[in-house]
Amino acid sequence: MSFLRGIAASNGIAIAKAYRLVEPDFSFDKKTVDSPVEEVTRFQDALNTAKGELEQIRDRAGKELGADKAAIFEAHLLVLSDPELISPIEDKIKTDHVNAEFALKETADMFVSMFESMDNEYMKERAADIRDVTKRVLAHLLGIQIPNPSMVTEEVIIVAEDLTPSDTAQLNRNFVLGFTTDIGGRTSHSAIMARSMEIPAVVGTKTATAEINNGDLVVIDGLKGEVHINPTPEMLEEYKKQHAEYAKQKEEWAKLVNEKTVTADGHHVELAANIGTPKDLKGVVENGGEAVGLYRTEFLYMDRDQLPTEEEQFTAYKAVLEGMEGKPVVVRTLDIGGDKELPYLNLPKEMNPFLGFRAIRLCLEEQDIFRTQLRALLRASVYGNLKVMFPMIATLSEFREAKAILEEEKQKLVSEGIQVAEKIELGIMVEIPSTAVIADQFAKEVDFFSIGTNDLIQYTMAADRMNQQVSYLYQPYNPSILRLVKMVIEAAHKEGKWAGMCGEMAGDETAIPILIGLGLDEFSMSASSILKARSLIRGLSKSDMEDLASKVVEMGTTEEVIEAVNSVISL
Amino acid sequence: MEKSFKVIAETGIHARPATLLVQAASKFDSDIHLQYKEKKVNLKSIMGVMSLGIGQGADITIITEGSDESDALNTIEETLKKEGLAE
Repeated sequence: MSFLRGIAASNGIAIAKAYRLVEPDFSFDKKTVDSPVEEVTRFQDALNTAKGELEQIRDRAGKELGADKAAIFEAHLLVLSDPELISPIEDKIKTDHVNAEFALKETADMFVSMFESMDNEYMKERAADIRDVTKRVLAHLLGIQIPNPSMVTEEVIIVAEDLTPSDTAQLNRNFVLGFTTDIGGRTSHSAIMARSMEIPAVVGTKTATAEINNGDLVVIDGLKGEVHINPTPEMLEEYKKQHAEYAKQKEEWAKLVNEKTVTADGHHVELAANIGTPKDLKGVVENGGEAVGLYRTEFLYMDRDQLPTEEEQFTAYKAVLEGMEGKPVVVRTLDIGGDKELPYLNLPKEMNPFLGFRAIRLCLEEQDIFRTQLRALLRASVYGNLKVMFPMIATLSEFREAKAILEEEKQKLVSEGIQVAEKIELGIMVEIPSTAVIADQFAKEVDFFSIGTNDLIQYTMAADRMNQQVSYLYQPYNPSILRLVKMVIEAAHKEGKWAGMCGEMAGDETAIPILIGLGLDEFSMSASSILKARSLIRGLSKSDMEDLASKVVEMGTTEEVIEAVNSVISL
Repeated sequence: MEKSFKVIAETGIHARPATLLVQAASKFDSDIHLQYKEKKVNLKSIMGVMSLGIGQGADITIITEGSDESDALNTIEETLKKEGLAE
């Protein structure tokens, strides 16, 4: 048995066999073959096996992910039947007497570089397709297994270096009980996905892929951030017990699904959920979410090769608004750039992507993209309680400009005779210190604030949240952050507006008592954290928390703040 | 046999349309080619078709040659029209 420590990214305990999602070694030597005829047969066998596999994947994708995703594999299959690819490979084996691996690689590489050299992002992505399918044939020639998480048929724990959005989209949610990765932090994509899938995860273990083999029995402790590989029988028993206890605890929380979120002294706050796609609504309803506090629309734009149409967006927004049955839905307009790239936009690489051309900055420049989204949102607005939020606002003029564009699109729709909701609240994410500092000025013009703590902390502390070496500076309880939060909430209330929070901090047990004390109106978090937060808040007294909050903002360090909270909460 | 068309699809002949055309062409024994500007590619080759990067408004010619050339041309024409790709 052995043991790894990482970052607890998603609560719970999972016990299952390991499934490695790691790129295998495809290296081989160029060889001369004695019988080219046999070599061609060997190549054809590998080709047919690969086709058979792809057909299975296509059928499965068609059933589970829809015809759209299946079409990708349809195209892959055609590549493997392409006479312009297959004949040259066979010819090369016959005339040069080389091994199939070499003939395949050399021919495929020629096509890859041809597509890569084209001045078109779409074509460049086709290069990746060709690489992908020929790799599958190569694997069969070499007798290597390519990991394919969508084909998993037993309960597993995924072990990977990192999980990208497209990896996670392929995961079969029925069988993936948890995962662990080498890199990443609490706010990395993989961690956010784990929480939205409500499965335990430990990220940033540094060595998970090096230490864990396929089929090892693995325990993921998402509470403590520990991974145990092939645990002793005693330890396994202990974890099974904890697993059962956690399940029982969850049952207790489940009783609060239809309860209000009210403090012990009668103060109501709103517990909302962060979602990425309409599919996440199920979790919101099951966990008693009172609203959607952050709908991250960028997932509509990711994992595809062109922008989503107005109609596609309209369908998604309408589904979310209808699904929430009149409860508030805060939709954040496109927040792309930084760590979230869209290859088809052809944006230049930046030295400091988090400080660069992203989110509202990009939308105000590339107005076609922005206007399409706003039209889709406005059209969907009649199907529920829509609130629109602009991300990464740094100056008041940015907000005014974004608002003016929205008004223009609204007028256009109205003059086209299309119905638009009369009142749509317009707010901003507060994630840049400049905005937090003059929140009083913003409060006169916006309808609400939502504090995005992940970025607010990173910008305030000047610490890249993707860089593990400075991760100690990710300090949500640092009094500097707490003071900024306080300023924002007070500024909102002074103008009769509301203030919410949609970063990780909103669902954090240590932060919640302080935030209640500071008067935060709305807490938006992963759906899976809602019931636990409700249970916590129902035991707190608002007036006691006000005392606590006024004390902690006068402190000097994170440690003092944590101690102060613990001393009050454990009482 | 040959026949010319004008591409009307907004995204041109990309991904899915290319897949459909190649699938249709692959059913026939005849040699089937697509000519666009100076380039002529095998319509049974997905990579050939995609490498042309055919956009909206392009003039293309389909050329069929072999035992089932007329059926082949009809089928390709049907696919182009049914999918709103060309006219």
